[in-house]
Amino acid sequence: MYPILQVKGLKKYFPIKLSFFDSIRGKQTQYVKAVDGVDFTIDETKTLALVGESGCGKTTVGKIVTRLIDPTEGSIVLKDIDVATLRGGDLKAYRKQVQMVYQDPFASINPRFRIYDVLEEPLLIHGIGESMSEREELIFRALEEVKITPPEDYIHRYPHMLSGGQRQRVSFARATILGPSFIIADEPVSMLDVSIRAEVLELMRDLQRKKGLTYLYITHDISTSRFFAQDIAVMYLGKIVEMGPVKEVVDNPLHPYTKALLSAVPEPVPERRDMIKEIPIKGEIPSAADIPSGCRFHPRCVVAKDACKHDEPELINKGNGHFVACPYA
Amino acid sequence: MDEILNIENLKAYFFTTRGAVKAVDDVSFTISRKQSLGLAGESACGKSTLAFTILKMLQNPGKLVGGKMVVTGMDITDFSESKMRKEVRWKKISMVFQGAMNALNPVYTVGYQMAEPLMYHKGVKKEEAMEKSKDYLELVGLSPDILTRYPHELSGGMKQRVVIAMALLLTPDLVICDEPTTALDVVVQAQIMNLLKKLKKELDISTIFITHDLSILAEVVDRLAIMYAGKFVEIGDSIKVYRNPVHPYTQKLLGAIPKLHEDIDKLEYIPGTPPNLIHPPSGCRFHPRCPHAMDICKKEEPRMKEVDTDHFAACHLL
Repeated sequence: MYPILQVKGLKKYFPIKLSFFDSIRGKQTQYVKAVDGVDFTIDETKTLALVGESGCGKTTVGKIVTRLIDPTEGSIVLKDIDVATLRGGDLKAYRKQVQMVYQDPFASINPRFRIYDVLEEPLLIHGIGESMSEREELIFRALEEVKITPPEDYIHRYPHMLSGGQRQRVSFARATILGPSFIIADEPVSMLDVSIRAEVLELMRDLQRKKGLTYLYITHDISTSRFFAQDIAVMYLGKIVEMGPVKEVVDNPLHPYTKALLSAVPEPVPERRDMIKEIPIKGEIPSAADIPSGCRFHPRCVVAKDACKHDEPELINKGNGHFVACPYA
Repeated sequence: MDEILNIENLKAYFFTTRGAVKAVDDVSFTISRKQSLGLAGESACGKSTLAFTILKMLQNPGKLVGGKMVVTGMDITDFSESKMRKEVRWKKISMVFQGAMNALNPVYTVGYQMAEPLMYHKGVKKEEAMEKSKDYLELVGLSPDILTRYPHELSGGMKQRVVIAMALLLTPDLVICDEPTTALDVVVQAQIMNLLKKLKKELDISTIFITHDLSILAEVVDRLAIMYAGKFVEIGDSIKVYRNPVHPYTQKLLGAIPKLHEDIDKLEYIPGTPPNLIHPPSGCRFHPRCPHAMDICKKEEPRMKEVDTDHFAACHLL
């Protein structure tokens, strides 16, 4: 096993536009630090789950890895390609290797395209398949792989004629038709009903086994990552606060933020319905434009000490590949 | 225990050009004071339509076509729109809508939006209405100075709290919560669930809780109803339904919940998609997706049977 993706010191700052008056007054440009120094690696044919609340920067990480947006700083290496500096033809070739699946299956497929067109578009862009019949064969095979069968019943339909789960499977067919080795799945099941979620997760795992895919699974739902991923990284305000094998992190969380996230997961235990659940966290997530000093979690942390206001913690190895960015964990 | 809501054989159809969509088809249940009922099922099973029907807020082409609705002893089935507005909505039954982000008007302050129903229904002065709104904001754990803020200045969790406070303003007997936590992050979701539990303990209200996520319902409801294709398939005490689900659909839904601390190799899911409600399947509506379907399931519609005290299900296997 060797790492297929290595990310080091990744940063993305979005500048906040100044008003005309502020700019002539010489006010400094402020930045939203969406991603603020992130390191991780993913082994081939494995899945890393990147979890956190909305606004923690997890989607930005995904978009940088596909190079839909450019990083401010840091390196991304996929196999032996230096992703951060790719341009033009090389970038296009890279996108054949790395594909993304989005959260909302209602918004991520063009409503005016028939399923056939949806799947043909990437083939045309990358010049795959010499003739129409060749492309058709590829499209049929891709649909069969995501269990949209029989394909001839579906290729002439429009997206609105499919259910949410079917649409998300078409999204996966579109992502896998170019034969990528790496897929970034950004909340692929969070818009779906619980009963269909399982079906899509099973499909993702099936594709992984058959095609040797590697996933970056971006989600806010820790319980599906336990089922689907091998490793997990918990992100808070642009930084990874805890990382390790998913079983280790979920059963033995060390960082106070991870503990709070886990305590918030609803449990189907009706006997405890009258109990108020203790959620060890204060307030709400602060703005990424104004990140707290020291440990960025300290204003919400229930065990914060004075030192936490000044010293920014580094990820420490706690054994078994379990890393945590809290000196008191 | 006195009865807050009694629904008998309720039917609500949408009359489209392709035929009538039987979104709610022959549903009966009751809710007593201080009780909370969970309503679960996949998207498009009719659970939100049921809520809108109870408030008589169905939009065209939706129509109430049959059944009876009694709210605190008052038969509202034939109430006119203006009578509903004056006597029932918000006074007897209020609702927390799905997607709190969009339930508030972006151009008015929170205070104005909260004071409006009080001024309209109770005829109080604005100052008094504002004072009362403050109390309710405190009740849901918000600071009173939010009154002067606009919705865009609040976070998703705060907006949801405001919407809950608004639903409680006129001291209704029943609050219907339609997917109150779906668009929220897990931590905020857990905080809102805690708030709803607290309110349930402290106030004299009954609730209907609608969601597709059974793991959330387990945390708060006393009774649970499972809805499939416009009909109830199982209803009963929530502990009984969770611990001993008898309908194959309920069993499948419960099996689809991912477990946090267990190694599972395979998640359960329900193959196929929910049926078209213009021409629902004959007999038991779940039979095309049911692993135990028999011949009789295609022909005869199963009736609700009592399997235990306060535990009913509609399945031919029973």
